[in-house]
Amino acid sequence: MRPSPHRGAVRAIGAAILAATASACATLPVDAFRLSPDTLEKRHLQTRRFDGGTETDLLAASAGVLQDLGFTIEESASTLGLISASKTRSAVETGQVVGAILLGILGVTPVWDKDQKIRVCLVSWTSRENPSVHFVRVTIQRLVWDQKGGLTKAEAIEDPEIYQLFFARLSESVFLEAQKI
Amino acid sequence: MKLEALAAGLALSVLALGCASSKDQVLAAGSQVQLRSYQTRAFDTTDKKATLRSVIATLQDLGFVMDKADETLGTVSATKMSGYLIRMTVTVRPRGTTQMLVRANAQYQNEAIESPEPYQDFFVALQKAMFLTAQQVD
Repeated sequence: MRPSPHRGAVRAIGAAILAATASACATLPVDAFRLSPDTLEKRHLQTRRFDGGTETDLLAASAGVLQDLGFTIEESASTLGLISASKTRSAVETGQVVGAILLGILGVTPVWDKDQKIRVCLVSWTSRENPSVHFVRVTIQRLVWDQKGGLTKAEAIEDPEIYQLFFARLSESVFLEAQKI
Repeated sequence: MKLEALAAGLALSVLALGCASSKDQVLAAGSQVQLRSYQTRAFDTTDKKATLRSVIATLQDLGFVMDKADETLGTVSATKMSGYLIRMTVTVRPRGTTQMLVRANAQYQNEAIESPEPYQDFFVALQKAMFLTAQQVD
């Protein structure tokens, strides 16, 4: 059977309506502003307690660790215990590029992740009960762009190992600061 | 051919329906009074710094990363990335001599969030962090 000459036009109308509907009615997830059941678990994973010193010392040591890790500080509000930092790095993963090239051979336009911006937010506070006890909470996000500049990912990084390694560095740094070596 | 031109025209006009003029986009349309009431709560405290710290802790709990914070102005801006993007600004300022007023406004993708539920959810989370009740403001 010969395809109808109108089919392309009908498809174009359908696609335009779908695209317009999708862009106008992208609905906010209902749980976007709700504490989730795993909030407490995440808080534990992302928070460490430090005894002694001052909150400002802890925040300064944290800035040092962020610098060690190659981050650029974008915002700091020391009276609120806040540092935000970011770094832009390659997001190329060999497996993904090989897969993209294979798809390219099959006629599909290949797309792979090229760059990523990693954002860190570090917040400190002092215990209400004990002024010599301080806490630091770190949260990490990343944005990923493909080789054509299109945004492919905007996500939270929740790998426990990353947080453990970060806090290991911070503990080391706090110790170094405290000892003034 | 005529049908294809019609399709293109229709597609453009359907897309145009979703786009307000730049004047409308800069000067948000709609009822600002009602929106402000969704976005605002009062708390029985005079401690601006503690309120800002609670706002920051709540935003972190909700998966936001802070972009900017200014204690003098009482503002915090933050972004959430969870497969989608939400940008939010929260301001804290005194209300009379016994309360702090907290106002939040947020955008999801390219649209302002204007329904009451997301703000209700935010203030429910915030009042837990503040150990104080979020009071509706008229």
